[in-house]
Amino acid sequence: MKQIKVLGSGCTKCTKTAELIDKLAQESGVHVNVTKETDPQVIMGYGVMSTPAVVIDEQLVHSGSIPHRDQVQTWLTQE
Amino acid sequence: MFAIFTQFADWLTYSIFGLSPDSKLGDAVHFFIEDVSKIYALLIVMIYVVALLRASLNVERVRDYLSGKNRGIGYLLGSGFGAITPFCSCSSIPVFLGFTSAGIPVGITMSFLLTSPLINEVAILLLMSLLGWKFTLLYVVIGISVGTLGGFFLDSIKAERWLQSFAAKALAQGQQNDQTNHSQTATAMPLAQRHEFAKDETLEIFSRVWKWVIIGVGLGAALHGFVPDGWIEQYLGDGQWWSVPAAVLLGIPLYSNATGVIPVMESLIINGLPIGTTLAFCMSTVAASFPEFILLKQVMQWRLLATVFLLLLVSFTAVGWIFNAFSSFL
Repeated sequence: MKQIKVLGSGCTKCTKTAELIDKLAQESGVHVNVTKETDPQVIMGYGVMSTPAVVIDEQLVHSGSIPHRDQVQTWLTQE
Repeated sequence: MFAIFTQFADWLTYSIFGLSPDSKLGDAVHFFIEDVSKIYALLIVMIYVVALLRASLNVERVRDYLSGKNRGIGYLLGSGFGAITPFCSCSSIPVFLGFTSAGIPVGITMSFLLTSPLINEVAILLLMSLLGWKFTLLYVVIGISVGTLGGFFLDSIKAERWLQSFAAKALAQGQQNDQTNHSQTATAMPLAQRHEFAKDETLEIFSRVWKWVIIGVGLGAALHGFVPDGWIEQYLGDGQWWSVPAAVLLGIPLYSNATGVIPVMESLIINGLPIGTTLAFCMSTVAASFPEFILLKQVMQWRLLATVFLLLLVSFTAVGWIFNAFSSFL
């Protein structure tokens, strides 16, 4: 199961990002565990400056905006 | 060029709503329709164009550029980039930490963060169309100066002493390995990608600010139509020295972004509020907001937080007094 973290200080964009990933994962039947990470120290640890950012299995894949649907699809289907 | 919006407002207010041009209500409604339609049209065009131009500018590149710059020019650069770099205010903390851990002095980082809410393309555009280029230029110069001097001041009192310990540690580490690995190299961005970015940006910003325009212009229209002529001038004119600090204090709990407050500025000035008092009020509303300061608590100790807050209040008050004193030369 993919461990997906959404990094961000809890603004609406971050919430929307997490919701989007959850929704698309359910639609395509992929099992994921989406969590939100708001601790600035942890966010700094990933070297992220613009939120929301997305980390999949400890790999930073995106930062600075709500990701596009097709982007999320690719992440979900990639092994 | 803007006459079309006046004609549109004429038609809607007088022909469709049947209001009389001489009535207070007709006046206020006309003002509201003209300003809202004008601002919406300008916003959409301008946000798109500006986004197209700056699509490849981001905080990561600014950080790489600022790290290792000497302090003298660093504050000015930090402040300047704060004005032009797009970033959401909810990213303030990560940006602060990102800059800090790259060894950039706290003062330069704060120059960036202080100027950022004050000046942005939406604010500049609105000021230009509502208050003219002179006022806009003035506003930009003051915004950059407040950021530059504020950052300089914070470094000269060694503000880094008052960071939260993990942030202080990150700063120390960053300054040790001074040669940060310049992560990205600038790559030319194809036009299609720029268009994509600009389209998203326009939708995103517009969906965030449209309601502020309505609120701001609505308040402005109410002032415009219903506050008796001369009232503001008589009670809040530049004869009263206390009106500037009072305006600054009043601006703190009122939280707005530049988009909402500029239409209010327009009406205040038309109604005779002195230019310095107006500027002070608006800058305080935009830049000194409690929710965002509370967020900064995550990386700063109370003492630094209070210093920054006071610094802002003092500078806005000074700006107000200076401009009231010299407004006759403008």
